[in-house]
Amino acid sequence: MAVNPNELATKATWEGNLEQLRGLVSERAMTGETMLLNMGPHHPSTHGVLRLLLELDGEEIVTILPDIGFLHTGIEKNIEDKNYEKGVPLTDRMDYLSPMSNNMAFCLAVEKLVDLDVPERAQIIRVICLELSRIASHMVWLGTQALDMGAMSVFLYCFREREYVLRLFEMVSGQRMMGSYIRPGGVWRDIPDGFIEEVTQFVNYFPAKVDDYETLLVNNPIWKDRTFGVGILEPELALSLGVSGASLRGSGVNWDIRKATPYSGYETYNFDIPLGEHGDVYDRFMCRLGELRESIKIINQALKRLTKKGEFRSKNRKFTFPMRSELGQSMEAVIHHFKLWTYGFDAPNEEVYASVESPRGEIGCYIHGTGGNKPRRVHFKTPSFMHIQAIPAMAEGHMIADLVAIIGSVDIVLGDCDR
Amino acid sequence: MHIPPAIDPVKAIQEKMPEAVLRVKTFRDETTIVVDPAKIVNVMLFLRNTNGLVYNFLSDISAVDYYPDPTTEENPERFGVAYHLYSMLYNRRLRIKAYLPEEDPVIPTIIPVWEGANWLEREIIDMMGITFEGHPDPRRLLMPEDWNGHPHRRDYPLGKETVQFSFNVEEISKFKPFATE
Repeated sequence: MAVNPNELATKATWEGNLEQLRGLVSERAMTGETMLLNMGPHHPSTHGVLRLLLELDGEEIVTILPDIGFLHTGIEKNIEDKNYEKGVPLTDRMDYLSPMSNNMAFCLAVEKLVDLDVPERAQIIRVICLELSRIASHMVWLGTQALDMGAMSVFLYCFREREYVLRLFEMVSGQRMMGSYIRPGGVWRDIPDGFIEEVTQFVNYFPAKVDDYETLLVNNPIWKDRTFGVGILEPELALSLGVSGASLRGSGVNWDIRKATPYSGYETYNFDIPLGEHGDVYDRFMCRLGELRESIKIINQALKRLTKKGEFRSKNRKFTFPMRSELGQSMEAVIHHFKLWTYGFDAPNEEVYASVESPRGEIGCYIHGTGGNKPRRVHFKTPSFMHIQAIPAMAEGHMIADLVAIIGSVDIVLGDCDR
Repeated sequence: MHIPPAIDPVKAIQEKMPEAVLRVKTFRDETTIVVDPAKIVNVMLFLRNTNGLVYNFLSDISAVDYYPDPTTEENPERFGVAYHLYSMLYNRRLRIKAYLPEEDPVIPTIIPVWEGANWLEREIIDMMGITFEGHPDPRRLLMPEDWNGHPHRRDYPLGKETVQFSFNVEEISKFKPFATE
C-alpha cells in the first residue's frame, strides 16, 4: 500500500503537542521522565544552521533528531535551468569552505559526459588548488573544533593560516572564497606571475605551524580527556551509514578516492593516507592533522611540475571558450565565444557519476543530460549530509558536552548538507 | 587473507536472478543495470553479499524525472531511481536503476541493506514525491513540513510563474504553490 508522504508530513511536525513525536523519541519522553531540549539552529557549536532535538536523561543523551534544510537553496534545481558552464559558480556555494572540490566534482562529471580532455598543466594547477583548499578547510575545522572544546588560541592561529591560503586563492582566481576557478576543460586562466613563489613560501612556512598545533593539542591531557573513547564509530556501521573521508579513515577503513579511483593525475603523486584505529574523536582528529602534512607533500611535488609551460584549458573549441586575445584576430574565435556564452554546448541524453575526495569526504556528482544544452538532473551526494545522519549513531549514550566534540570531529558544513 | 577473484556483476546477476534484470547499458565505462523495482532489495543484498562482487558501499541514491519527454524504450517510465554502489575490495562502481510509473511511483526501501539510505530516500520522497515502501520515517527532509509539491519534479516551476492559457489553466494550477490557510 502506498503511503502519501504529504499526509504524513502534515501530521508529524515538531511544533505543537508531544503526540507528534511518538515513535521518534522514546516512550519516557511522553511521560516527561526525560527532557526534550532544542539545540540550534543558532547554537554556535552546530557549525551553521543545524537543529538537533535532543532527548536528555539528566546530562545523558537518549535520542537525537537532526533537523536540516535551513540552508536549502535549490542549487540542484537551479543548475537544471542553466548551461553546463554556468552551473559552476552555483557549486561554489554548496561547501563554502572548499569551493574548489565542488567545482572539481561538477567539472569531472561534465567532462565525462561530453568526453572532454584536460591538459596536463591544468591538472597540476587543479591539484595544487584542491590541496590548498583542503588545508584551508582543515584550518576552519581544527580552529572550530578546538574552540568548541575551550581552546580559544588555536582558533586564532588557524584562521591566520587560512587567511594566507585565501590570499593565494585571490591571486589565482580573483576571489578569496567563491572563485569558480575550475571549469569544464581546465581552469579559468593560467596562474599569475609570482604565484609559484608565493605557494613555495607558504609550503615552507606551514609545516612549522602544524608542529605548533601538535604541541598544543596532541599530548594535551585536557584534550585527551575530552576526545579519547568519545563518539566511537565502528567500521561496519560507518560503511553502512555511508560515512566517507577522514571520518571513515578514523575508523580504520583505508578508502581515499585520490588513491582508489584517481582523478586529475593523483596517481602520479607520492603521498600517504593517515589511518585511525579506534574511530573515536581523537583518531579522526589525528587523521585530519596528518592530512595537512600529506597535502603539503603533494603541493611540493606539483610545484616542481609547473615549471613547464603548456595549455591550461582544453583546445576543443566546441566546449571551451577561446582566449580573449584571439577575439580580435579570428572570426571563428568570435563565433565560438558567442555560441558558448549564449547557448553553451550540447551533452548527450545519458547519465554519469563522478566523485572526488573533498576535505570532508566523498562529493559525488550525478548528471543526467537531455541531449540539449541544459542538464535534466544534477544531484550532489555530499559528505556532510551523510555525516549528520551518522551523528545519532555516534552520540547517543554520551554526555551532552561530548556531543559538541562529536559534531566538530565529523567536520560538517551545512551548506554542503542542504545544498 | 585470500581474496576471491572479481566476477562480472552483469553476468552474475543475470545468472542468479534473470527475472529481475530488464536491461544493461554502458556509457563512458559506467555500467548501468536496469532492474525490476519490486526486486530491488534482493538485488542489493545479492550485490553486497556475493563473493567476487562485494558492493559494500552505497555512494548515492538519486532520482530523475523524464517529464516532459515522451517515454521511449530507453526510458520506459516517467521516474528513474539511480543507486550508485561502490566496491572497496575490487575498486569499481556500478549503477542500479529502476523506472517507476507516473501514477504510482513506489519502490521498496533499501534501509535493511544500508542504513545510510534513510536520508537519501527521505530526500527523494521530499523532492521527487516517490514513495519508498517500508520507510520508517517518511517525513520531509529539506523542505518545510507544510510545503506543497515536490520541487525537483520537472513540472515544478523554477521561481518564475508559468503563463496560464485557457488550454492549460488546470494543468498549471495543479502545481502552483497556493497557500493552505
